Amino acid sequence: MTTDVNDIVETIIAALVKTLPTPVTVTTETSITRDLGLDSLAVMDFVMVLEDKFDVSIPMERIAEVETIGDLARTISELRGHA
Amino acid sequence: MTILAKYTKLREHYHRIAGAGRDPFTVKFDAMLSPTEGMLNGRRTILLGTNNYLGLTFDQSCIDKGVEALKSFGTGTTGSRIANGSYDGHAALEQELAKFYGRENCMVFTTGYQANLGIISTLVGKDDLLFLDSDSHASIYDAAKMTPAQVIRFRHNDPEDLNKRLRRVADHPGNKLVVVEGIYSMLGDVAPLKEFAQVKRENGVYLLVDEAHSMGVLGDTGRGLAQEVGVEDDVDFIVGTFSKSLGAVGGFCVSDLPDFDVLRVACRPYMFTASLPPSVIATCLRSLERMQEEPGLRTKLMANSKRLYEGLRNKGFQVGPDVNPIVAVSLPSIELAITFWNRLLEEGLYLNLALPPATPNSQSLLRTSVSAAHTTKQIDTAIELFGKVARQLNVQPALVQTAAE
Repeated sequence: MTTDVNDIVETIIAALVKTLPTPVTVTTETSITRDLGLDSLAVMDFVMVLEDKFDVSIPMERIAEVETIGDLARTISELRGHA
Repeated sequence: MTILAKYTKLREHYHRIAGAGRDPFTVKFDAMLSPTEGMLNGRRTILLGTNNYLGLTFDQSCIDKGVEALKSFGTGTTGSRIANGSYDGHAALEQELAKFYGRENCMVFTTGYQANLGIISTLVGKDDLLFLDSDSHASIYDAAKMTPAQVIRFRHNDPEDLNKRLRRVADHPGNKLVVVEGIYSMLGDVAPLKEFAQVKRENGVYLLVDEAHSMGVLGDTGRGLAQEVGVEDDVDFIVGTFSKSLGAVGGFCVSDLPDFDVLRVACRPYMFTASLPPSVIATCLRSLERMQEEPGLRTKLMANSKRLYEGLRNKGFQVGPDVNPIVAVSLPSIELAITFWNRLLEEGLYLNLALPPATPNSQSLLRTSVSAAHTTKQIDTAIELFGKVARQLNVQPALVQTAAE
């Protein structure tokens, strides 16, 4: 995993911990929909926070493909690469 | 593991709601007495959650036109317009709607849901970008699922957030379509359409406004929010429905875009479904006339809305940010909302129970919709019943969280 993706993972986790109602240990392998108890709308709202942090727009169909925190970080990294 | 096993959680959730009293998803009226009153389990019940904004469902002239068409043209068209052909009424209704909106083109759909689904999913193709307000109606989200275009959400009613997202993709060569609603159906909040129109102009994108809940409600002649705030020229597509102010079922889209008619052979939710029965078309043609003949209906509607909104607010209930025919009371928990809703129904007041995830910010809402046909007494009764049930349940309305947040 590249440094860029690792940095993104750290930022995501820091932002996520602030959002979640109960403390959860979040890792690269954590499943966003299964392990965090977020419904699809909550996930999309959280993605908006990340979009602002990284100054990218993540299309909804890309979000649908994301399963883990690591997937999300790689998606953001790719989108930034194309920017 | 049956094929329905994936809905286990949903079923549990449903049973929890239905188990608390009446099942809000299967309320059955034995009879309708008027646009604002029905019989529910042998009891006269005030209808305060039907989106029947102008109260035209029992208008005698609309009923007469419907009956006449039923006798002359039969019960249904039994097919789609591209296969079975159009009846006079379908084309006439499209002409009248285009005329009403001062637009070149109109397409009529079998439901409002299909109008959004069809128009939005067909307008944007795989090289295009679609921008949605995060509080969009399910029909808009479903259109987003159908289209091959990239779909980007922006923060609810936030033109600056949209602007930022548009600037990020300024170099993208595809067409860009922004979709907003006139009045949002859950809280009755209005889009800052003037500001959205400015963002649209600055970025050179297309703008579609869904006026489902604002047609017949806002604007000098009832064309909706775009007319109310004077930005109709900036709106490329207006989508609307016949199932609210016009008192029937169906949907439409009007536009001045040249070659708009090509959508008739491209838009699948238009092509591959049966067209509206002639009787429905006939009642819509008449209710569209009634809406224009009687602007007093809109005045009465807004007076009723203001009375309910202020009455509930004065009792300490937290209502949405704007005075509109949709007045939503936010309650602090799902359980309380369910109990409150059941008590109101027992007292003879019907309205909508709106729960997460169908609501903005996961709020638990008692959603009302006001009609021009409500009497002042009915509105006052509704306000009193809210107060009575709050006292019975020991709810301190002033402490209830704000629906506007």
